[in-house]
Amino acid sequence: MKCGIVVFPGSNCDHDCYHILKHILNQETHWLWHKEEANLESFDLVVLPGGFSYGDYLRPGAIARFSPIMNSIVRFAKGGGKVLGICNGFQILLESDLLPGTLIQNQSRKFICKNVSVRIENPDTPFTRQCGEKRVLEIPIAHHQGSYYIDPFSLNQLEENEQILFRYCDTEGNVSAESNPNGSVGSVAGVTNEQKNVMGLMPHPERCADPALAGMDGQIIFKSLISNS
Amino acid sequence: MDKSFLNLLFQIPDTVDKPKKNRPSPEITPEIVKEHGLTVEEFRRILDLIGRTPNLTELGIFSVMWSEHCSYKSSRPYLKKLPVEGPRVLQGPGENAGVIDIGDGQAVVFKIESHNHPSFIEPRQGAATGVGGIMRDVFTMGARPIALMNSLRFGELEEPRTRFLLHGVVDGISSYGNCTGVPTVGGEIYFDACYNGNILVNAFCLGLVKTDRIFLAGAGGVGNQILYVGSKTGRDGIHGASLLASSEFDETTEDKRPTVQVGDPFTEKLLIEACLELFECDWVVGVQDMGAAGLTSSSFEMAHRAETGVFMDLSKVPLREEGMIPYEILLSESQERMLFVVKPGHEKEALAILDKWGLDAAIIGEVIEESCVRIQFDGQEVVNLPIFPVVDGALDLKRPTKRPEYLDEVVHISLTEFPDFTRGDRALKKLLACPNIASKEWVYEQYDHMVRLNTLVLPGSDAAVLRIKDTNKAIAISVDCNSRYCYLDPYEGAAIAVAEACRNVVCSGAEPIGLTNCLNFGNPEKPEIMWQFQQAVEGMGDACRFFDIPVVSGNVSLYNETKGDAIYPTPTVAVVGLIENQEQVMTQGFKKSGDQIALIGFTMEELGGTEYLKVMFDRSEGKPPVLDRKHEKQVQDFCRELIKKGLISSAHDCSEGGLAVAVAESCFSPGCQTLGATLTLESTLRNDTLLFGETQSRIVVSFPEECINEIKDLAMAFPVDFSLIGKVGGSHFTVTVNGKEVVKQDIEVLKEIWKTSLGNYAGQTT
Repeated sequence: MKCGIVVFPGSNCDHDCYHILKHILNQETHWLWHKEEANLESFDLVVLPGGFSYGDYLRPGAIARFSPIMNSIVRFAKGGGKVLGICNGFQILLESDLLPGTLIQNQSRKFICKNVSVRIENPDTPFTRQCGEKRVLEIPIAHHQGSYYIDPFSLNQLEENEQILFRYCDTEGNVSAESNPNGSVGSVAGVTNEQKNVMGLMPHPERCADPALAGMDGQIIFKSLISNS
Repeated sequence: MDKSFLNLLFQIPDTVDKPKKNRPSPEITPEIVKEHGLTVEEFRRILDLIGRTPNLTELGIFSVMWSEHCSYKSSRPYLKKLPVEGPRVLQGPGENAGVIDIGDGQAVVFKIESHNHPSFIEPRQGAATGVGGIMRDVFTMGARPIALMNSLRFGELEEPRTRFLLHGVVDGISSYGNCTGVPTVGGEIYFDACYNGNILVNAFCLGLVKTDRIFLAGAGGVGNQILYVGSKTGRDGIHGASLLASSEFDETTEDKRPTVQVGDPFTEKLLIEACLELFECDWVVGVQDMGAAGLTSSSFEMAHRAETGVFMDLSKVPLREEGMIPYEILLSESQERMLFVVKPGHEKEALAILDKWGLDAAIIGEVIEESCVRIQFDGQEVVNLPIFPVVDGALDLKRPTKRPEYLDEVVHISLTEFPDFTRGDRALKKLLACPNIASKEWVYEQYDHMVRLNTLVLPGSDAAVLRIKDTNKAIAISVDCNSRYCYLDPYEGAAIAVAEACRNVVCSGAEPIGLTNCLNFGNPEKPEIMWQFQQAVEGMGDACRFFDIPVVSGNVSLYNETKGDAIYPTPTVAVVGLIENQEQVMTQGFKKSGDQIALIGFTMEELGGTEYLKVMFDRSEGKPPVLDRKHEKQVQDFCRELIKKGLISSAHDCSEGGLAVAVAESCFSPGCQTLGATLTLESTLRNDTLLFGETQSRIVVSFPEECINEIKDLAMAFPVDFSLIGKVGGSHFTVTVNGKEVVKQDIEVLKEIWKTSLGNYAGQTT
């Protein structure tokens, strides 16, 4: 699988995504610099990593969406290319209108970094296909503005189209207010577009995909993408 | 500096009154000298050294460079006594940070630094810029920062301002560290009334560098170009070092708020990436962060180190606002700025890299042969000062020392004053709930502690552990200081801080290889404070020599007092350890029901300075625990041997709260499942000392039953005190002493108390 990792000024999980795809999963991986448009035709996956692009000034993702590389990514996505936005990458995809909804400040008004459980809501997408029988993943979150919001009508639509891929839950897979770390509407942790080729999620799968560290559930997402390409 | 002069400075109109070329330098009166924090003797010395009266700008330069904060004039004679050498030391004190070789062509660069006064006045920005400053100290050496830690001290919980300061400081560290993508992997937090009027924020950073790419802060090579990099210079932080950091707090403290700098972590992140790219180029000669005393200290110090001089044209400095005068440009402590020295002919390449990262940059001068700093502004020379008097001219002060009288009142206690208990449940619960012992989860959950994928041991264990990618090695770090011990005996307290930080690192499987310190004390003009300082540095030095740990960097913060009330002496240390094999990383949590629990070391009848006395009797008295260094070394060596041989499943240092708290913490350590434990103790000691005494040199370990004999034989051969004390398992934490039950509590209940106490306090609204 040929992967591209976008580097915005302020991206800080770019090296982590690169490490997992290139060194752990042995995929062909390239950097994509934000200042230039790129020909993405030969790519199978573009990752928008986590971090604080443009210092989160104005609104997370609000400035990054105007980077030249985003023109290429929008074209790539409209053409069916697979795009994965993690954390700040998710925020940028929302600002770019490649995904529906928005992300607001956590209910606690604090940054939260910890392991959480998420339930896979739709195992039949390029991002979740390898989950097998496993329905609850342990993946860390690390964000200040990760509370997903969308109006009730659109939320309903997302549910009907099976666009909600992950919901925060407890270790047994029960979704409740207690297991919702940031106040996301419907406990939504990750969504996809209608075509199911663009996904954004707040949890960081690259943080639990290296055997040297605790937890390997993040590999399921990357392996799903690899098996697809 | 009194308010009138600050007003004069900050009231200079921004745009209306453009700098006049011939603005006359005001006459240097005794009042102006005094407002610059210089004594009459010091001013006379300046006149003698330069042979004329300095102009106002030059006086400003002397003011910051001769301040306590920059010159170390009170502390330097004592610091010389610390051991700074060792086979692994590549760079000791004197540069931006210390460097220790970890083998295979790699080294770790680290330092801890205070940002106490700014954080008390403006907690969010004060703490944030503290983090930014220490990170720049590390990456100026050519290293990529891979870990942040911190040591925080707040006032007692009842003090109304404490909650505000706690929120502000944690928010500042979180917002700055998280944005730069450097994980904050651990630290320590204490609360005590002695910090009510003066909190401590000590920030630590560690970076990784190739041994052949270490950069030093020298302006070598006449004709080389001086390159200014980073944020534009503004009017923030003027006299932060000289006036804020080098005097105690009083009624005018609030007026000093303009001396606090404002941080921009986004620029810092760009600066890290751009600098690391510049360091790949062989035409970069030297680099220095513009920290305390900004452009002034960086230019003078770089020239001083390389025995050269520097010429600068301030008209070329990127400015944030119009109308700034040389005085302000030179003394500004605007954040996220660096000074590079590059070989001529490579300016364009350098500027191209900085432009790629969207950073301001400008060539502002060059290295000259004459040993002086000459500064020009609008075509006129505004500063011409020889290097030596400014950098090294401040006289070391031989401040008088005197043993404080309070010691006679507090060190003698009789245990008979404190009735022993037959049930320890209540004390255990109170200790687990007290904020110095309770889980710091509320704090570290706000820090991104995982980014960069190196964090092997998450916050909440004895030491933070990070792997070194592409090797089998890992680094363990522990920050430590029990300032109550230091208050009761600064010599022993400082030695214990070293011993305990080493013990923490050993418990995670590492060998201690280096230390950095942050010496926080009160007003050095008081003989009693100087005595504390002298004692603590001696205790630290002796302990470092005994354990063979070099001190490679550090920082001194004096004048930590408000209206005459000094903080407890707080000589914080950070010890870095090396683990050769990642398989041998050890954690403090119990792993398996049925495992044996044992204690390495023995318990003595000591209660002085304990958290138990403070929490149960509100007394900070007595002699701190005795540290037998030889015994300590044996205990540490034995523990490391057990880990190396793969015989044990957990190791946890006994510290605040003693044996009972240590075992309880092992029952519910983060990252491990919650397990109960039963301790069966035989002892002639009082119950309180046995359970909650803080005797040093003790480690609680657990291991599978089949390892018992091998471990016992090893202990005999070593020799080291070793006793089986109980078993892991069950749903309760139970302690029996001489056959009588002393504690029995549901482990989930204890865990809940410990886990939620600090968060509950922080979340309350008043």
